[in-house]
Amino acid sequence: MLRTRKRLREALVAYGFISPWLIGFVLFMGGPIVASLVLSFFRWKLIEPPVFVGLDNYVEMFTADPLFLQSLKVTGLYVLIAIPAGQVLALWLALLLNQKIRFLGFWRSLFYLPSVIGGVAVTVLWLWMYQPDYGVINSLLELVGLKGPNWLYSESWSLPALMIKSLWSVGGSMVIYLAGLQGVPRELQEAAQVDGAGEVQMFFKITLPMLTPVIFFNVIMAIILGIQTFVEPYLMTLGGPSNTTLFLGLYLYQAAFRFLKMGYASAMAWIMFIIIMTVTLIQFKFSERWVYYEMPEG
Amino acid sequence: MANTFQRDFKGIGWSMNGSVPLRRRIRSTLFGTPGRMGLLKRVFVYSMLIILAIAFALPLYWMIATALKPFDQIFSIPLQWFPNPVMWSNFPDATRVRGAPLPLCIWNTVKYTVCGVIGTTLSSALVAYAFARLEFPGKRMLFMLILSTLMIPFAVVMVPQFIIWHRLGWLDTLKPLMIPPWFGGAFNIFLLRQFFLTIPKEYDEAALIDGASRWDIFWRIIVPLSKPALATVAVFAFVYYWNDFLAPLIIISSEKNFVLTLYLANFRLPFIGPIQWNLYMAAATMFLVPCLIVFFFAQRLFVQGIVITGIRR
Repeated sequence: MLRTRKRLREALVAYGFISPWLIGFVLFMGGPIVASLVLSFFRWKLIEPPVFVGLDNYVEMFTADPLFLQSLKVTGLYVLIAIPAGQVLALWLALLLNQKIRFLGFWRSLFYLPSVIGGVAVTVLWLWMYQPDYGVINSLLELVGLKGPNWLYSESWSLPALMIKSLWSVGGSMVIYLAGLQGVPRELQEAAQVDGAGEVQMFFKITLPMLTPVIFFNVIMAIILGIQTFVEPYLMTLGGPSNTTLFLGLYLYQAAFRFLKMGYASAMAWIMFIIIMTVTLIQFKFSERWVYYEMPEG
Repeated sequence: MANTFQRDFKGIGWSMNGSVPLRRRIRSTLFGTPGRMGLLKRVFVYSMLIILAIAFALPLYWMIATALKPFDQIFSIPLQWFPNPVMWSNFPDATRVRGAPLPLCIWNTVKYTVCGVIGTTLSSALVAYAFARLEFPGKRMLFMLILSTLMIPFAVVMVPQFIIWHRLGWLDTLKPLMIPPWFGGAFNIFLLRQFFLTIPKEYDEAALIDGASRWDIFWRIIVPLSKPALATVAVFAFVYYWNDFLAPLIIISSEKNFVLTLYLANFRLPFIGPIQWNLYMAAATMFLVPCLIVFFFAQRLFVQGIVITGIRR
């Protein structure tokens, strides 16, 4: 009796402690998610009363809205190319920093800094660097005798430009990889060395398998963030030229706040949510095959 | 450091006592021995590092260099690597470009960022404490729920939230920005819980026997012992709210309520003719200064923060 009362008390106290999150979840997360699902079945221009249209928004999206399909394509390409490239670069940087090098702190800060300060200021900076005539990137290309493309004004180079910019902020992943590398047991490496394993062999046979949980974490986080890309296209290209950088996040924003199509935007948001969930679940499912966990969970 | 230095010294072959055959010595110098990088690898590693470092540092250098150039120099061909003369006046000039009222924008950003940092750190710590220390029905499920909200894009909740603020008549005020941080953030809750779990439970138990309440334990034991983790959350929150763009973009419409990200995004609008990139970069540089200061003073915290969340599950 006393025990149950004590446990009840503890539960009440606990719910007191988590109440900020519970309330916030209902008001700003759970509630809005349900609301946006409901809204996605309506046509609503914000000023007029909403009209129930069933699945029309979803049908329209996939059959009658080439811009939506374009935004899926752009976002998909970005995720498929920029994220693997970024993760390889991040891992490569981490491997370099994991050697016995001097001034580790200096190098690490330098590579990590861009990922911390990202956002509007940095996006504006890249907008300046990508200017075709006076931007530093094309000037540098000219120094080595290459004629740089028009970057953000070119249909074929605008999306690659944004992908290249994204490589600049891989520092966060790099720091996580570096910590992961430092967690690879020394004994394993030494044992392999005694057995005569070369550097490359050791990387693929020992380091990489031991790192798979970290790779898994980094890839999932990068995909979740990548699918939501917004600031760069909004500030650098506004989706252009010819919608070659019309990211899903940007198109959603435009549908909601430029054209005030609240229902349609909600449907799009749900598609985005479903994509992220599916990708994450597939990753988790798939991870059983390639992620190697040495430690027991806990 | 001193140790590696001595070893290098020997490896390169200054200790010529002849006891080791020359060929073996050259071999070990070039290719290294277990535990020491060979010369070839060392050259490779450092040249890679330097090339990548230049690529990573170039944008920031270019921002500052442009910010210090006179207007005609930013368009000069071939490009001018060093500003000459150095135009310090670009910084005050950048604040005078006609646009949103700058002092108000700064004040709004300070309010938003301070609310964001204090609100999210405090509320996340409360929630994290319950998940690290207390037993209650639904604990596992709720924790999974918190983690799964990491997957929810802001875009999904953006429209309904906008409608809520619209209904409340709070659009174009700072309230929709300043209130939500007080309800905890999933990422921060996770990070703090991981940290709280590392604090020995005996402290709590001893305090409980002395008749302390859970709140006392939280406030007098856990919080003081968790300063590094709380500081980590605070610096992440600082950078996040200082740079936040999308939320202010949909909420704020009039210039007197702008935060600095909106100010910066709209900076180029008043220019007639070519954009004065030197002033624009001066403004961007000034905008980044607080972040840079926080980064350099709290770098250890940033690294520690993402390591706690990324490595330990």
